[in-house]
Amino acid sequence: MASTSFIDRRLGVFLALLAVVTVGVPLANTALSPESGLHVPTYMLSLIGKYLCYALLAVALDLVWGYCGILSLGHGAFFALGGYAMGMHLMRQIGSRGAYGNPVLPDFMVFLGYEKLPWFWHGFDMFWFACLMVLLAPGLLAFVFGWFAFRSRVTGVYLSIITQAMTYALLLAFFRNEMGFGGNNGLTDFKDVLGFSLSSDGTRVTLFVLSALALGGGLLVGRWITMTKFGKVLVGVRDAESRTRFLGYRVEQFKLFVFTVSAMMAGVAGALYVPQVGIINPGEFSPANSIEIVIWVALGGRGTLVGAALGALIVVAAKSWLTSAFPDAWLYALGLMFILVTIFLPQGVLGLIEKLGRGRREQPEPEAVEAEA
Amino acid sequence: MSDEVRGLKGTQLYLNDVHRSFDGYKAINGLSMVITEGELRAVVGPNGAGKTTMLDIITGKTRPDQGRVIWAEHTDLTKLDEASTARLGIGRKFQKPTVFETHTVEDNLMLSLAGDRGVKASLLFRIAKAQKARIDELLELVRLTSARHRLAGSLSHGQKQWLEIGMLLAQEPKLLLVDEPAAGMTDAETMRTAELLRDIAGKRSVVVIEHDMDFVRALDCKVTVLHRGAVLAEGSLDHVSANQEVIEVYLGR
Ligand SMILES: Nc1ncnc2c1ncn2[C@@H]1O[C@H](COP(=O)(O)OP(=O)(O)OP(=O)(O)O)[C@@H](O)[C@H]1O
Ligand SMILES: [Mg+2]
Repeated sequence: MASTSFIDRRLGVFLALLAVVTVGVPLANTALSPESGLHVPTYMLSLIGKYLCYALLAVALDLVWGYCGILSLGHGAFFALGGYAMGMHLMRQIGSRGAYGNPVLPDFMVFLGYEKLPWFWHGFDMFWFACLMVLLAPGLLAFVFGWFAFRSRVTGVYLSIITQAMTYALLLAFFRNEMGFGGNNGLTDFKDVLGFSLSSDGTRVTLFVLSALALGGGLLVGRWITMTKFGKVLVGVRDAESRTRFLGYRVEQFKLFVFTVSAMMAGVAGALYVPQVGIINPGEFSPANSIEIVIWVALGGRGTLVGAALGALIVVAAKSWLTSAFPDAWLYALGLMFILVTIFLPQGVLGLIEKLGRGRREQPEPEAVEAEA
Repeated sequence: MSDEVRGLKGTQLYLNDVHRSFDGYKAINGLSMVITEGELRAVVGPNGAGKTTMLDIITGKTRPDQGRVIWAEHTDLTKLDEASTARLGIGRKFQKPTVFETHTVEDNLMLSLAGDRGVKASLLFRIAKAQKARIDELLELVRLTSARHRLAGSLSHGQKQWLEIGMLLAQEPKLLLVDEPAAGMTDAETMRTAELLRDIAGKRSVVVIEHDMDFVRALDCKVTVLHRGAVLAEGSLDHVSANQEVIEVYLGR
């Protein structure tokens, strides 16, 4: 059951573990010698950093799905837009060091015969502007999309389908060279950010720590939102939308707000992801990506925020292990995990952990007993 | 009923010749009715008579094809949605009890308390002393004080009905629309509900839809009999029960 303290046991434990990882992994990378058994190589550090971005993305989805019942199958699009906004800045940072040596135009534009920079690439040479766009691009898309969808009271499966259509449409659009986002190759060959080389260990560690902080921050923002009366209205919308309306709440405004905040959070995750993996391409918009986020959240435990983050970490870690060990089995394994969790663990992995924890402490929490009564 | 009623003082709600059909079926067919301020009114009628649809139209959930619904002498309700009619002061209890099952009883009432319903106000909301006291009072009234920290989903059917009535009262509405409140209640609970609704009336207008004749008798108020989407008879329970048409379509089933 949801506890009433701001940092409850669940969040406290997760944040403590996250703090250990935030300090421990960079230390193990920089302070320990490569011969040491506990040394974390830089590629591994960035891999974990990437997982943390996925975890933030899962928290963003849980905020709308777990708490408000909006099953978005298009959250990958917000992540990708945040990623593209950051990628555009990194592209412009390359400057005349590109293969064609053009001081303004990125390589792919020179290759495609662009005479000048398209209007929407202006401003991205400034870091602050790119950061603003990391929030605004996904936020604005979510706002406009949500404004139409929620006002027309599109809900349930229909809403899920149009979110999926949204990300698919963007996938097709970003694939086109004429769009000016590098077509199917996307944006890559990044050199540095704010003057720091992206291949240096120091930059890598900084990006890692920033990702961990963003995840922690996302969890705290999510926790704050869901603890307020606003958050309780969201749960009301999820469980009995008409009751909320008849109490005088304008449900569409509540949905719109949380959907937009969630999209921005996803955008931040994407922006931190791109410099760590060194590329962003239209594949990030693929509908399958968005569906996978839903699986993370369901597997970890929907409507708990922490569970969503946990689910993402478990699945992506399992994915990188399985795809290298048994490349063909991954999709089946993912499907199987999803089915097993849905059938046997409706509260997700987090629910299981907490149940086991309660069993060990023997004394069941009073609230939980009443809830089952 | 004539248009003059519209100007009358003391009218809380006025339905004038309202029509609504679904795929050619006339669910509401020339319905007119006046509810005065503070009045308690029972609406009865066989299944499918259009009782719930009438409430849908009053609350802006369903738009009438024709006719007018006037609130407090001047506002036309047919242009408004559910949230707007709620904000005007119309509270509605659904036929199937609808509470927030995963919230505590207390939070259900907190969410219903009158006040700013905006996004910003909800984000910054802090409960005031007076509001806490009001919740205590309501819990006492609907006899759920000992259940205040329980999840609403764990309540019995009758308790959910009462919680929903408590939520309605928390809204401080001018008019309560109560759809079959006694369903699933024991006889004792039914009688207490009738008593509760009688107490509420006077300060607020109350329209109660009900099938249970003992309950309607206990309400001891003017009764409107609905049949095929229109008023068949209106008056005291004894008066309408003596009406030959009413006996045929409804009471004498
Ligand atoms: N949204 C709708 N779409 C189609 N038909 C509807 C709709 N709402 C009501 N109806 C129809 O209108 C008729 C009147 O229904 P209504 O629910 O108002 O009856 P009621 O008097 O409340 O009956 P009960 O006592 O069973 O609750 C029914 O035949 C119902 O099927
Ligand atoms: Mg009905």
